[in-house]
Order: sequence, then C-alpha cells, then structure tokens
Amino acid sequence: MKRTVPLIITALGGFVLIVAYFIPATQNWGEVAAIWFDILASIAFVLGGGNLIRIHLKKVSNKGAGWGYSLITIVAFLATLVVGLGKIGVHPSALYPNFPLSGEYRELGSPFWWLYEYAFKPLTATMFAMLAFYIASAAFRAFRAKNIEAILLLSTAFIILLGRTFAGVFLTSWMPDFLSGLRIENLTIYIMSVFNTAGNRAIMIGIALGIASTSLKVLLGVDRSYLGTGEK
Amino acid sequence: MRRFITSVFVFGLIIINSAFGEIPSPEPPANLIAEDHPWDHGDKIDLSWDLSIDDSKLVESYRIYSSTSSEVPFTVVTNISSGENSFIVEKLKRNQEYFFQVTAVGLDGQESTPARTEIAVVPTRQWFDGNRFSLAIITLIFCGSVFYWINHARKGRPLKIRKIAGLEAVDEAVGRATEMGRSCLFIAGIQDMNEIQTIAGITVLSRVAKTAAEFDARVEVPTSRSLVMTAARETVQASYLAAGRPDAYNEDNIYYVTDEQFGYVAYVQGMMVREKPAACFYMGAFFAESLILAETGNSIGAIQVAGTAMPAQLPFFVAACDYTLIGEEFFAASAYLSGEPDQLGSLKGQDVGKVIVMAGIIIGVTMLTVGMIAGIDTPFGSWLNDAVRFLRSVILT
Repeated sequence: MKRTVPLIITALGGFVLIVAYFIPATQNWGEVAAIWFDILASIAFVLGGGNLIRIHLKKVSNKGAGWGYSLITIVAFLATLVVGLGKIGVHPSALYPNFPLSGEYRELGSPFWWLYEYAFKPLTATMFAMLAFYIASAAFRAFRAKNIEAILLLSTAFIILLGRTFAGVFLTSWMPDFLSGLRIENLTIYIMSVFNTAGNRAIMIGIALGIASTSLKVLLGVDRSYLGTGEK
Repeated sequence: MRRFITSVFVFGLIIINSAFGEIPSPEPPANLIAEDHPWDHGDKIDLSWDLSIDDSKLVESYRIYSSTSSEVPFTVVTNISSGENSFIVEKLKRNQEYFFQVTAVGLDGQESTPARTEIAVVPTRQWFDGNRFSLAIITLIFCGSVFYWINHARKGRPLKIRKIAGLEAVDEAVGRATEMGRSCLFIAGIQDMNEIQTIAGITVLSRVAKTAAEFDARVEVPTSRSLVMTAARETVQASYLAAGRPDAYNEDNIYYVTDEQFGYVAYVQGMMVREKPAACFYMGAFFAESLILAETGNSIGAIQVAGTAMPAQLPFFVAACDYTLIGEEFFAASAYLSGEPDQLGSLKGQDVGKVIVMAGIIIGVTMLTVGMIAGIDTPFGSWLNDAVRFLRSVILT
C-alpha cells in the first residue's frame, strides 16, 4: 500500500499531464500541478529546517568533528529566521500603518536587508569566485598532452581560448582576405559552430530520449527504486 | 522643341504634385476574409485579402486594424510589408467577437480606403492542438516502442546492453571506501524532486546504498532540498532492508543542508576536506558548483563517479572525475544497475527513438543538399526546400 498509492498518483498525474499537453482546454493543468508541487515543497521547508537544527545540535552536543561550524550554522540560521519572520526593524506599510508586521521584509536598511547585502551576498560571491581557480587547476590536468586525443583537446582549447582574446585577433590580423578563414577568431567561430554544436546536439538528443524513457519508466511503475526499492 | 516643352510640363506637374502632397493614394486591398484559426487555443484569427492593384507600384505596407464591435473605433494591430496577403492575428480573447479592416499604405504614408469584414469573427478553442500533431505522433511511436521492448524483455528474450565503465565502477568505489574505512559521499544534484535528473540520481543512490549496506560502508547524503532528503531516506532505508541490514541504516546520514547553491557547496566542500570520503558520487542536475565539488574530491584523492544531463557541466566532470556518465548513460544507470528485463527493455525502446532521429537527420541533410545542387529556382529544388522548411518548422518545433 505504501508503494502502490504513490505509484497510482504518479502514473495518473503523469499521463493526464501528457495528454493535457495536446488538449488546449487542459493545457494550464501543468501550471496547476506545479503550484501543488510548490505547496508541498514549502511544507517540506519546515521538515528541512527542523532536520538542520537537529543534526547540528547533535553535532555540537557530541563535540563531533567541525562542531564549531555547526554552532555558527545554528546561530546564523536562528538569527536570520527571527529577523526575517519577525520583520525586525521593518516599518509598517503605508496602507496599514497600525499593523507593525505589514511592511516589506526586505525593506532597504532593515536588519534582514543588511544580513542579505553584507553577509549572504559576499559569502556567495566568494564561493563563486573560487570557481576560477578550480577551472585553472582542472584545465591544467585535462590539457596534459598524454596521447593523441589529449593533444587534439589541448590544441582546440588553445585556439578557442586565444580566439576569444584581443591578442588572438591581433596575432593573425595580418593574414590576407583570401586566408581570412584561418584567422584565429574565425577558426574559433568555425570550431564552436560546427564541431562543438554537432557534439552538443548529439548529447542533447541522447538526453532528450533518456528523459522520455526514464519518465515513461517512472510513470509505468517499471522503475520504482526512487520510492524506496526496485524489489517487487 | 515640342518634346522639351512636354518634358518640362510633366516635370513641373510632378514637382507641383509633390509640393502639394497630391501623389495618388493606393487602391485598397479587396476581399478581406477573417476565419478562426484551426486547431488552436481560441486566441488566433487568420486574415487573408487580395492585394491592392497598386501593390507593386504605390504600396509600402498593409495596415491591419481590429475592433470588438462595429461601433467601437478600430485600433492598429500591425503593419506588414507589401506583397503579403495574409496574417495571423494572435493573443485575442476567446469567444469574443472581432471585426477587422486592412488598408494599403502608400509611399508617402497615405492610406487607402479600408477593406472590411462585414460579419464578426469569433476565435474558438478546439479540442486538439494541431501545432502539436507531429509531436503527438512521435510520442506515440516512441512510447509504443518502449512498451514493445518491455514486453519483449518480459518474455525472457535476451537483450544486449553495452558495458558502461562508470556504472561498473560503482561497486569498485564502494569497495574501496570499505577497505579504507572511510565513507561514501552521494550528491543527488541541487534540484528538487520535480526534476527528472534528481529522480535518476535517487535510483542510482538505491544501488549505491545497497552495495554499501552489503559491504558495511557508510553512505552520507547531504541534500539541498528537503523533499530530496525525505525521498533519499526512504530509498536508502529500503536498500538496507533489501540487503538484509536494516539495523545498519542511520537516517542521520541523509540530511538537509540548504537550498542556497553556494551555501550548499561551502558545506559539502568543508565536509569533504574534513572527513575525506573515499568515494564521491555526483548524480543529478548540477550548475556552477559541479567543478568546485569535483575538484575538491579530486584533491582529497577520492574515487569519483559523476552523472548528469547538464551539457555545460559535463566537461568539468570529465576533467575532474574518474568516470562520467554522459547524458543518456546517466538515465540508463537505473536499468543497467538493476539488470531487470523490464528496465532493460525500455533502453531498447529508446534506441528506436534514436533511429527515428537519425533517419530525420539523414533525410533532412540529403534533401537540403540535393535542393541546393538542383537550385532553389527549379521546381524540384523549390519543392525540396519547402519540404526541409516543413521538417524544420513543423516537425522539429
């Protein structure tokens, strides 16, 4: 029963939405289903928040590895929650001046806005900025000319990288017009629009068919491992 | 002398006409017909008309007007260039009456008298969306082939599936983690359960968890969505049960971190550096965090298996992981790992889809090439060109 009911709901919902895609009168059913999902997901937020607190409190009380980070997580989570939900420092809306919680929680200059602007945004930007270093280290490893394929990859990457810089354009600008196809910026365009697009489309076609096949397996109940187990 | 005087006279007339704006306004278009657009949502009307007799000489464009009543003033819908004699008016209100008129606009902006529709037209909604007819046929063929091959496999007929190195490595990775006495890290992407890649990731998790339960290894699953956490808990619990080790299941190993992309990455990265898992699995939808995670895993010497259907992230995983499941391989993982005939049959059905796509590509490329060689001006070349346009704009979109 625990498996059958979700399977029936999945199959019914999935097939109805597939058919609805082709019937104009029912084409907004997909949007309705998406709203249902949002409601479910927002209820699950409570579950997630509760789990976060429980796991990290446990870590702090056990003094497990990195318990200090857990403490910071709990403090940051509770502080943001209280400031955001309580709308601390937010002025009441002009429409409802007698209701202190009627203001916009992201009001400019409010503590929640401050947390977002001066704590959350810089931290996020820091993590994102680290990506540049990881790209450099991954590229260094990937472009080692170990075999023919790696040499091809390295040469192609060299052309593309150079072709996207001012130096690349400058280096081959002396080439006469009848050899313009060999200028680095044009080679870059050619590689990206022919080889890269062809490879990308092949992957995309495989992905599209894989998605359709997986969806069908899920709807038919052939693959039920996401419900707990593939065992019958 | 007479010719010169005539020329001066005509030239003078033209100058005077121009000066006083007396370039004649074009003749109006005729026989304006408005019809409900077939097989649609009920928000379009097709207009067609006979071109003005001055179309090639004095007409710059045609201006289309609409109104919801013959009493209400008409408003401009759009201008279309001369030579065009049809237009589809879109974004109309369903079951609302509409009147239309079309004027020819001259070179100096002067409009002709309008051609009007005398009877109101009402856009109505049909039961089937005709624009999606070809997609419906393709869907039926594809679903039919998947059904057929599942049925075929159920009868016990053998199916040949090629080896996928990344999936063969799953047991090896979990075994290595067991030998080293370290944990396995499983990341099911950063999207929610409504994303098919997350579902595909969870199906791989069921196999990883089962192997870990058999080997007595620990699987840690930090999730970035609460619903993924609950689904992953169910999956892992059932896998431990299937492996005969329900006592070894610990739900605290599957936990929620944060929905925020880089907050999640910061946590997982820190955890990886501190705990140094021996095997890392990245199976699901990833964005910019893919390389941060995979490079961190690489730096701690973990054996890494990744699978995603995000084309932009594939190069990162290929560069930083030991094995990468590229696109369709990722979706085939569940069938491949389970080895169940039903699931393997669906993979075979997928191949029929590939054959259809390949046939479409070959037919399209051949027709376009032959059409170009024959020349677009020739009837055969023009026919081939129209066929390719149909293939591209009707079947492919």
